[in-house]
Amino acid sequence: MKLTAMDGNAAAAAGARLSRVQVVAAYPITPQTPIVENLASAIDSGELNARYINVESEHSALCATVGASLVGARAFTATASAGLALMHEITGVAAGCRQPIVMPVVNRAIPSPWSLWCDHSDSMGERDQGWIQFYVETCQEALDFIILAYRLAEDKRVNLPVMIAMDGFFLSHITEPVAVPSQEQVDNYLPPRQPSNLVLDVKNPFAINTLTPPGIFTEIKHQHKRALDSTVLVMDEVFASYKEAFGREYAAILPYRTEDADTVFVAMGTMAGTGRRAVDEMRSQGHRVGMLRVTSFRPFPTRAVHAALAPAKQVVVLDRSSGLGSTPPLALEIIRAVPSKAVTSCVAGLGGRDVTIATYEQAMNLAGNTSGVHWLDLKEGE
Amino acid sequence: MESFTGLSKGVTTCEGCAMETAARHMIEVLGPRTIMLTPPSCSAILTGFGRETGWQVPSFMSNLEAVAAYASGMREALDILGKEDINVVGFAGDGGTLDIGLQALSGAIERGHRFIYICYDNEAYMNTGIQRSGATPPGAWTTTTPGGKTGPRKDIDAMLLAQGIPYLATASASYIDDFRNKVAKAMEIDGPSFIHLHIPCPTGWRFQAAETYRMGKLAVDSGLWTLYEVADGSYRVTKKLKSFESAAQYFTGQGRFRHLSEQEIEVIIQQAQASYYAILAKENL
Repeated sequence: MKLTAMDGNAAAAAGARLSRVQVVAAYPITPQTPIVENLASAIDSGELNARYINVESEHSALCATVGASLVGARAFTATASAGLALMHEITGVAAGCRQPIVMPVVNRAIPSPWSLWCDHSDSMGERDQGWIQFYVETCQEALDFIILAYRLAEDKRVNLPVMIAMDGFFLSHITEPVAVPSQEQVDNYLPPRQPSNLVLDVKNPFAINTLTPPGIFTEIKHQHKRALDSTVLVMDEVFASYKEAFGREYAAILPYRTEDADTVFVAMGTMAGTGRRAVDEMRSQGHRVGMLRVTSFRPFPTRAVHAALAPAKQVVVLDRSSGLGSTPPLALEIIRAVPSKAVTSCVAGLGGRDVTIATYEQAMNLAGNTSGVHWLDLKEGE
Repeated sequence: MESFTGLSKGVTTCEGCAMETAARHMIEVLGPRTIMLTPPSCSAILTGFGRETGWQVPSFMSNLEAVAAYASGMREALDILGKEDINVVGFAGDGGTLDIGLQALSGAIERGHRFIYICYDNEAYMNTGIQRSGATPPGAWTTTTPGGKTGPRKDIDAMLLAQGIPYLATASASYIDDFRNKVAKAMEIDGPSFIHLHIPCPTGWRFQAAETYRMGKLAVDSGLWTLYEVADGSYRVTKKLKSFESAAQYFTGQGRFRHLSEQEIEVIIQQAQASYYAILAKENL
């Protein structure tokens, strides 16, 4: 298959173009900006038949995206860090109004202090807003997940927005070979959107997002919960159909050499690749270790994680956000999935710090230690 | 649709609410091919509560600061879907427009989306219980200006005109034909339009509900609220005054000005009437 060299941002933009998004509303923010620059050019040249809305803030970006989706268009935006935080009010609306929006979040630390660089504190701030959240690892995935995310989001059993979390710079600005599917292939896989459920249509007037009394608020939230929970199953169908159409296989979790592992690392995003390399090196030194990458953080595939970690005696979780005041978010999920196992919680890679094989070696030395949260690569005396 | 009334009867606005009356006229002019946006505010009552809705058209309760941003996305999406004839209409109060919603409104007007924004101005945050907004007039009591507001109103009309908005009009619930004409005109504009609608509020201004329309008329007839429109930069005063009615009853008839002295009221009247002449002068340019 012919491969094209592109970075993560270009791959995400290619995914959006191939998905024939109809409205793009976006505001520039590092390290996301190249995605929407790419789409603005494609729309300007006529390659993509869509409207580009140069909004005056990320808050308005997501509002305009939700507005476009509410009247039936396939809508797209992208953001990062403080931009996502500004959107927070509207991420609740997008999900609560069940709009099938797809939005890359190019992970960048939430201030303070200011940072341009990667960690997951931005997308983790949105973890309970009712979106589907995928954490991707490669440029190929950045492209593929946009396309499959629209298919999943627009499924009538789902009708939920999807955040594609992709590590700032480590993925957004790293060039890799990417297999770009043809437009015909994608058109066959992803037909035009058929809006369902909450749609503003003059032929069938609906009042959407009205004030809701205590007597029905809980039930509406519960419908949302059920939709997100059932997404675990629909997601498997979508991954299967994607493999059939494009030959590439994905899943909610991706285990590596875990079948006979005593110790399993758990991580998300680009640091999982380093983790697999670390596993190979440690195995060559006689350690029975494995790596579990979580792709779908929301909904969290608890059963699949439980099964994948069944052989392990100890689990070491590397979170890329600090979880101040408690246990960081990925570790919390793992502790819940395997409550009888020794789970070590580590924090690494904040604000763009490299996660290296040496980082995994530190984590390995902590295996079995379940007390507190261990910050790796911490410089003493700073 | 067989019969179009626009807005159902029995909505739960306050007694004497002019916003509701104006909304009934507005939706009648706009017709069934309209999408209404209201923020959390008095007009949200029309969009609905629980299982009930007031509008006979599709409606959406936006976030307070974001009516114009949602409208931007709806307009562009409707256009690319070939539904250019559908009106996208925001109906928001003064707080949601002049204060928290100003950025989104300014951005949407600068971008030039074809949509109608109607600001019903009752001169304070009335839905939360009478707090001061950027539209509260000088001297007025509110729960957050217990000693009376210091400083002037924010001149939203001048701000939007400075952006070059293709159509801007003021209106009053007490001159409903004039308002209806302006809504009809806004529907023909190929770009953003803004109607600034004066809405006397018996609950917040502290007067008897039966006085609503008299208060609105007094404001216009005494030169406190000038009815005009600006289409592509050209001014027209739509209610010309041969002479000013006495504004005294406007101030003495409302509880919110009770603490002001006659001299203080006179200064406010002088400033407002000077503004009438300034607008009239622009018509004659």
